[in-house]
Amino acid sequence: MDKVKISVFRQDPSVDKEGRYQDYEVPAEEGMVVLDAVHYIENNIDPTLSVRWNCKAARCGSCSAEINDFPRLMCKTRIDTLGSHIKVGPIRAYPLVKDLVTDVSHNFEIAKRIPAFKPKRGLKEPFTMNEMDVLRSQEFRKCIECFLCQDVCHVIREHTTNYVGPRHVVKVASLDMHPLDDLDRSGFLNSNAGLGYCNVTKCCQEVCPEHIKITDNAIIPEKERAVDGSYDPIFWLARKIKDTGRSKHEK
Amino acid sequence: MTINNSLYYRTFQRDVYGMKMETKSTEYKTVVSDVLIIGAGGAGLRAAIEACDGGASVVIVSKSLLGKAHTVMAEGGIAASVADVDPKDNWEVHFSDTIREGVYMSDWRMVEILVKEAPKAVYELESYGALFDRTPDGKIMQRAFGAHTYKRLCHVGDKTGMELIRTLEDQVLHRDIKVMDELFITKIITKGNAVSGAFGLELRTGKFVVFQTKAIIMCSGGCGRLYKVTSNSWESTGDGVALAYNAGAVLRDMEMIQFHPTGMVYPPGVRGLLVTEGVRGEGGILLNSNGERFMLKYSPIKKELDARDVVARAIYAEIERGRGTKHGGVYLDISHMGAAFIHKKLPAMYTQFKEFAGVDITKEEMEVAPTVHYQMGGIRVDPESCKTNVKGLFAAGEVASGVHGANRLGGNSLADILVFGRRAGFSAAKYTKSAKHIYAVDEKAINEQIARVNSYASIKNPVNPYGLMERLRNAMSEHVGIIRDANGMQKALSTIKRIREKAGRVGVSGGLRFNPGLLVCLELDGMLIVAEAIIRSALERKESRGAHARSDFPKNNPNYAKNILCYKKNEEMELSMSPVPEMPDRLKKLVMT
Ligand SMILES: Cc1cc2nc3c(=O)[nH]c(=O)nc-3n(C[C@H](O)[C@H](O)[C@H](O)COP(=O)(O)OP(=O)(O)OC[C@H]3O[C@@H](n4cnc5c(N)ncnc54)[C@H](O)[C@@H]3O)c2cc1C
Ligand code: SF4
Ligand code: SF4
Ligand code: FES
Repeated sequence: MDKVKISVFRQDPSVDKEGRYQDYEVPAEEGMVVLDAVHYIENNIDPTLSVRWNCKAARCGSCSAEINDFPRLMCKTRIDTLGSHIKVGPIRAYPLVKDLVTDVSHNFEIAKRIPAFKPKRGLKEPFTMNEMDVLRSQEFRKCIECFLCQDVCHVIREHTTNYVGPRHVVKVASLDMHPLDDLDRSGFLNSNAGLGYCNVTKCCQEVCPEHIKITDNAIIPEKERAVDGSYDPIFWLARKIKDTGRSKHEK
Repeated sequence: MTINNSLYYRTFQRDVYGMKMETKSTEYKTVVSDVLIIGAGGAGLRAAIEACDGGASVVIVSKSLLGKAHTVMAEGGIAASVADVDPKDNWEVHFSDTIREGVYMSDWRMVEILVKEAPKAVYELESYGALFDRTPDGKIMQRAFGAHTYKRLCHVGDKTGMELIRTLEDQVLHRDIKVMDELFITKIITKGNAVSGAFGLELRTGKFVVFQTKAIIMCSGGCGRLYKVTSNSWESTGDGVALAYNAGAVLRDMEMIQFHPTGMVYPPGVRGLLVTEGVRGEGGILLNSNGERFMLKYSPIKKELDARDVVARAIYAEIERGRGTKHGGVYLDISHMGAAFIHKKLPAMYTQFKEFAGVDITKEEMEVAPTVHYQMGGIRVDPESCKTNVKGLFAAGEVASGVHGANRLGGNSLADILVFGRRAGFSAAKYTKSAKHIYAVDEKAINEQIARVNSYASIKNPVNPYGLMERLRNAMSEHVGIIRDANGMQKALSTIKRIREKAGRVGVSGGLRFNPGLLVCLELDGMLIVAEAIIRSALERKESRGAHARSDFPKNNPNYAKNILCYKKNEEMELSMSPVPEMPDRLKKLVMT
């Protein structure tokens, strides 16, 4: 049977000062993905290899890693697309727990700070909503919270600002563009969430496994609204008045 | 695109990661709460919201990361008779559909509650911010699904479970609820016949945690991973059933394992991955290798949309008779519906086949075969309050039994987890008000668990737990599958016995922190219990009914219109039969017509 060579990052921060890439050989199978190879190692060669996964169907966003230095899902990346040299490491934007596993809990702290959905006052249940209005927000609800966009964002990697990162702008956009939501979170993004540090490089958009147009459809519109809102109060007020009574995102 | 690699792995680490490697530990921290919820799938999250709103202090734990629970994989939708698409639909029809397809094995009261409260549960999700697909007049879009009389499944494309989880997760994060994810519960600790706490291992730190609590709500999901080919995620190893059984809870209908008719068969790495029933709901047809639409023969009226057990057995029969595909499946074709329609209605299926199998479903057929999908059985609960026979222990979701009888209708599970998750949260909070004192957690039980976990991590020349788990899975798939007989099941029982003999010596190196091999050691004990319960119950049911089909007893036998119960007595597994609660006349009428 054919073999695949794969180097996997290993480090247990409680004993190893530094990480290293260790080479393994695993039997090749048709249609095999990187997670299959990692599982093979775990089940047959070294059961101490730590990896986080759950669905193995590209739906839960657990198995994020850097595969040949590119942020990807292990369960979605086929070995046969990678050439002869395969290198798998943890995502670097977050502290390492062990081997391929990082601590992403910081994201839940951010999630707590994002103002929750607040339905407009006086709505009658059950809600009715236009299909077109729903579609805009639904794009952002495809997010599987893999945090690959966070990983690739240079602002997040540098850890020097208070920018919350693209995943969270997507979340805010999903709420702000909910046709029945009553809040405008662009002010929050601009003043408390560091959106100003994003310089629209679009790297996040390129790695998103759900193909969400993070920069084009979430970041840029939120930036525009934040700018309108915070630097031009008269424009902001005028728009508020004009907007009453219809979906607030229709410009 | 290139990524700047000059940056080093971040060196700042929270103190927990700087400590020495834990291969052994005797320390633990104690977490006190009114209610402990085990599991953060749809049922657990919904229960947490309700228990918190009911005034209880709530801790919710899950063995995976928050937001990743198995529920995120649910595709097709939530069954609720909101009647936005088919105005004729109502709870009565939903009731009758559910009871009939469950082959009269369901607890009628649970079904009544389910179908009456499901529409409310859907509206409630909307009030939390969920966005379902819409009809042209702005109401909730609903799709057809197997054995539902009307178009009944409220959905978000084929990603309904994810919308449900994200919406509930948001509600939980904005409440005063303590979330401890990546924490594995190894034991429920009792005092007399009442819950006093639980023991857990925090995966990211390798630290032990003792939970001291008045009430526990078990929401730990199903056990699909007992089988080799399954649609279930990593975490569905049946832990909760085993934990509750060990705490003294009664199990019911454990023989009823649902095979979903359509799982992927190729490539090997994705074998078992679900192909949503939505494909058939939206017009997909099944063909054998001769190009025959074989469901016309097995079920001339409902065809592809008959109940899951019927379609699964039809596919199985076609494959057995040599009319299967090269990779051992049959064909499922939706290409006639057109590319635009498929992209809109089944986007995840399109990507799934494109990316994993290199198949374009807008042009080509899919290859599919049955895959283990759902446990209808589980912990026995009281219909109104979800309480079990153990004081202070509640259960909801897939881990509980009663709603689905001998066969679950698609979409009924998402309704189940919301409706009964809410009820469990409500009654647990209420119970904690009357249960005045909180028991001290038994030191002996704590020390036993500490010793148990430590032994896995420090045993010399251990047996590889993965090997044993694989043997168990093979035995279950081979002998306790879609068609069963006494002979095969006895073989599976003796395999379990042999695995048990070795299970005492399993172990792994690598310490206590984020060690997947260690989890397999911990899961194995429970999996053996659940497997044994399934096999013993299946042996006891000497007939074929719903999902339980026996080649040595191929007919339905009215003497078995009973639930099989399974519980621990004097450290042994015991079984007994219990009559299915009789429906009142007002409901009988609904099912007759
Ligand atoms: C691919 C797929 C598609 C489906 N589609 C549909 C559909 O369209 N409609 C429908 O109605 N149903 C569907 N189902 C079924 C439905 O998704 C599940 O039955 C349901 O989500 C179960 O939810 P739950 O809350 O009971 O448990 P889960 O979502 O399984 O959650 C279990 C939780 O318990 C935790 N846990 C387990 N053991 C432990 C332990 N020892 N310690 C700590 N935590 C633990 C887990 O980490 C997890 O958080 C589908 C299932 C699959 C697999
Ligand atoms: S567009 Fe903004 S958020 Fe996205 S990677 Fe670039 S800087 Fe980061
Ligand atoms: S936006 Fe895309 S890349 Fe970012 S977390 Fe969500 S799914 Fe992942
Ligand atoms: S394991 Fe769920 S996304 Fe890869």
